[in-house]
Amino acid sequence: MAHELPFIAAIDEAIRLEMERDDSVLYFGQNMATTENEPYVDAFGKDRVRVTPISETAEIGMAIGAALAGFRPVVELYMAEFMLVAMDQVVNEAPRFRAMSGGQVKVPLVLKAGFGFTAGWAGQHTGTIGALFMGVPGLKVVMPSTAADAKGLMATAIRDDNPVVYLHHYLLTLEHGEVPDGEYLVPFGEAAVRREGGDVTIVATGWTVDRALGAAEQLAAEGIQAEVIDPRTLAPLDTQTILESVDKTGRLVLVDQATRHASVSTVIAGEVAEHGFSSLKAPIVQVTALDATIPYSEPLEAWVMPNEDKIVTAVQQVLGSSPVAA
Amino acid sequence: MSAPTGVKELDRDRLVWMYEQMLRIREFEERVKRTFVEHPGVIRGHTHLADGAEASIVGSIATLGPEDWFFATYRCHGYPLARGTDPKAMMAEIYGRKDGLCKGIGGSMHLSDVSNGFLGTSGIVAAGIPHATGAAWAAQIRKQGQVVLCFFGDGASKQGAFSESLNIASLWKLPIVYVMENNGYNVHTRTEQEDANRAHSEDLSVKAKAFSMPGVTIDGRDPVGVYETVGAAVARARAGDGPTLVESQMYRLSAHGNIIAPPGVPLHFPEHEAIEKFGAPEEYEAALKGDPVPAFRGRLVADGTLSAEEADAIGERVRDEMQAAVSFGLDSPFPAVESALEYVYA
Repeated sequence: MAHELPFIAAIDEAIRLEMERDDSVLYFGQNMATTENEPYVDAFGKDRVRVTPISETAEIGMAIGAALAGFRPVVELYMAEFMLVAMDQVVNEAPRFRAMSGGQVKVPLVLKAGFGFTAGWAGQHTGTIGALFMGVPGLKVVMPSTAADAKGLMATAIRDDNPVVYLHHYLLTLEHGEVPDGEYLVPFGEAAVRREGGDVTIVATGWTVDRALGAAEQLAAEGIQAEVIDPRTLAPLDTQTILESVDKTGRLVLVDQATRHASVSTVIAGEVAEHGFSSLKAPIVQVTALDATIPYSEPLEAWVMPNEDKIVTAVQQVLGSSPVAA
Repeated sequence: MSAPTGVKELDRDRLVWMYEQMLRIREFEERVKRTFVEHPGVIRGHTHLADGAEASIVGSIATLGPEDWFFATYRCHGYPLARGTDPKAMMAEIYGRKDGLCKGIGGSMHLSDVSNGFLGTSGIVAAGIPHATGAAWAAQIRKQGQVVLCFFGDGASKQGAFSESLNIASLWKLPIVYVMENNGYNVHTRTEQEDANRAHSEDLSVKAKAFSMPGVTIDGRDPVGVYETVGAAVARARAGDGPTLVESQMYRLSAHGNIIAPPGVPLHFPEHEAIEKFGAPEEYEAALKGDPVPAFRGRLVADGTLSAEEADAIGERVRDEMQAAVSFGLDSPFPAVESALEYVYA
């Protein structure tokens, strides 16, 4: 059975279910749990649910310490950029301890952060920075694009014995979707094929998945069948599903809201160039954000972002039917 | 002399134990230092020694119960020795060998021994302070009376991680004691050159005031004094009355670390910064006169706790133990290269 929920409520449902299931799950962050009658405080008490000062280094560092001491903390960070304040703890502490201890310890924690808020939030609250973390050994990085995955990936993240950066796209916050009832886990490292097609493979993440699906509908009207793949987790990254699709279609368009050299798409392009080159009938095309600080002004913001039309044009290019490629 | 409230009196056996632990740390570190000369290339990267800090380390660790936890810094060899970690496994780790405490992956700067309550060591200055604070939160939730000791240096107290953590620890009344080892130098910089309190002739423990927690400055070269002060803070933390900042003043007797050099250049320990950099050998000579290890021996022999013969016998035993650690480390093979990938993910 399933029920319809907005994306943000689906995440919430997973956290609540995991906290009910496992007393070692903690949930804390800024500007939460400030009154006695908040649902999480009411349900789980102030030992496990706490408001913190604006102190990201301490919040994330304390999550590491609590994890080393046997708990499973979920840190509510709100904005992905706030992790940058505590970059040492995210990149150079949490993922290092298991290895540096020779396997004595594990660091199960979830860093929950929204990203990509391109709705006038300007230069410092709009970044798509997931790929900055995907190359860090020891870290896992999650980026759901549907409400069901938002729930299932959060539950899996909380149960994972490693530090997980859980990134939810702010533009998807109120997107509704069917969400399975009760316990629901989505495995890490398994891409979802959102749409099947034999002419071109489009890989997209987060908010761009729906843009890619929209582009695929436009292309279908022209008789072009696009396969749309959503990796769902950046680390581990399911390159196998992408390579199999490219083997079938011979053409690849990569969509990413990040700037190109800090994008998942560039990593995938490299993997496909190395492991799937003989399948390719045309050069890979990437549709990423332009290399700019996201501008405040609406038309400028829209101009630097990937969108359906840019994806359609890219597909036409790899199929050799675009004036750009001619 | 009677111990403060909540602190167990030190009987003769415990005092002798403390002396032996101090000597074990000194002899271990002496052999680490000597390895650079006697076995060039065996120790790689950067190594930091605890000589001069023995009294503070042992006096602090002696306050812990079996279920308590502690976190340290890259200058981390002393604490586990006093806590019961096998020096053979430690030396093998510092030599990057298979039988190392952390399988040769951690090295000198990242020792940990979970079975003895040593939960981890960050090599980044102050980064371990929030880890210790988070473990103290875990202890508070568990309600089993566990306390966390958090060791760091004077330099760390200028990092945001320090301020952020102490604020939360005080706010949440966490069961933790912050032991700031002030050895007078932040790497090659003197404390008064980088610390506003020190520059204004104040003790660094005044920082506690900003977080509304007790702050106390003590002579970190006196193991009994350290034991009593840290012990009282531990008792306070265990009683649920919150954290304390202890500034333990001492003098680092070796340079900050071995020289930093590219591969191919033999590594060694330079002279202490007072001599090498500041041209103040008299400062170093004065510090040597206050060396806590012979001072404590002298005190125990003078007050009849220990005879000179007994002290000599302890010395002989400890030297044999640490020499055996060197041999064990040298004999241990390198780990299989594939083990580099074994502990990346749980």
